Amino acid sequence: MRLELPLARVKGLGTSGEGSHHWWRQRLSALVLIPLTFWFLFSIVDQLGQGHYMVQEWIADPFTACCLILYSIFMFYHAQLGLQVVIEDYVHNRGIRLTLVLFSRAVLLLFGILAVFSVLRIAL
Amino acid sequence: MAEFRLPKNSRIQQGDHFTDSTSEDLKSVYIYRYDPDTGDNPRLDRYDVDTKACGPMVLDILIHIKNSMDSTLTFRRSCREGICGSCSMNINGTNSLACISSAVEAKGDIKIYPLPHMSVVKDLVVDLSNFYAQYTSIKPWLQSDSPSPDRERLQSEDERSRLDGLYECILCACCSTSCPSYWWNGDRYLGPAALLQAYRWIADSRDDFTGERLDQLDDAFKLYRCHTIMNCTQTCPKGLNPAKSIAQIKLAIQERK
Repeated sequence: MRLELPLARVKGLGTSGEGSHHWWRQRLSALVLIPLTFWFLFSIVDQLGQGHYMVQEWIADPFTACCLILYSIFMFYHAQLGLQVVIEDYVHNRGIRLTLVLFSRAVLLLFGILAVFSVLRIAL
Repeated sequence: MAEFRLPKNSRIQQGDHFTDSTSEDLKSVYIYRYDPDTGDNPRLDRYDVDTKACGPMVLDILIHIKNSMDSTLTFRRSCREGICGSCSMNINGTNSLACISSAVEAKGDIKIYPLPHMSVVKDLVVDLSNFYAQYTSIKPWLQSDSPSPDRERLQSEDERSRLDGLYECILCACCSTSCPSYWWNGDRYLGPAALLQAYRWIADSRDDFTGERLDQLDDAFKLYRCHTIMNCTQTCPKGLNPAKSIAQIKLAIQERK
């Protein structure tokens, strides 16, 4: 039974003072991703039909390598921010929510590092 | 987790059928019925209403049903002219005020449900205590450290015009209960109505607690559950734009960084 008054329930533990940071980062990373995604798609289509060696050469180009690394960082960062919002929207159990958020962060961090490392390995 | 199916005791069953025997010109109105005293599941009753016997609005039909067909039908109403916000309900899939929704212009049958995703007290009456508490939590009154003037606090025409589109809100809860974010996280997300009201005081030039108000809203759940779905703006029976107010709160918080 809960006899707590509605206002006490609404006020809860108070304001975290954190939401705006997350929101702003999500917008900024989305903005950066617009040109990078276009560049990535056009470049990939451009590479279609090229041999293995040519594609390696393309990735090893300093400009391409830098753009690919930037793309990987921003894409996985943006995905992590977005996934966190989805989890917070739909998962209401605090323990499961925290676990899922941390797990998604870990997995996407791993993917990001893998992507950056793969580019570096070809480029260097 | 979010639930995608109604709990067993909330699933709607077929209800009774009432007919106005006075006329041939009948309109079928289906209304959600729930009585907590019986313990039965909610049901959808059908009323074939003589539209000539009542006024042109959905509220007129509801009053006609209560007066002459089924006095057990329960709903809130007061001003019958769209200014009190009592008769908010879901009419043909859209949250609106029964008193300013035309029944004459509605093609085919009319289906009336209580506001979505709220605890139903009885029939079309929902429990709004959480909604009102959220409104109270944003401190909807003028706060100022400036010394009290002898007369009224002055505003220029320009300053006053910033409240247009905000002060008209009648707190009918149509917007908040149309918002999926509010459905899933209504216990922590303040919802479009309370946030529009919060912005009404943030935008008020006479109020000098703007910073404190923004402090209170900078929270992943209170404010940032808004994902600009825009159901609030689409459904508002007063034609207001709560989504824009929420966006302006987010911009104001960003501006001070």
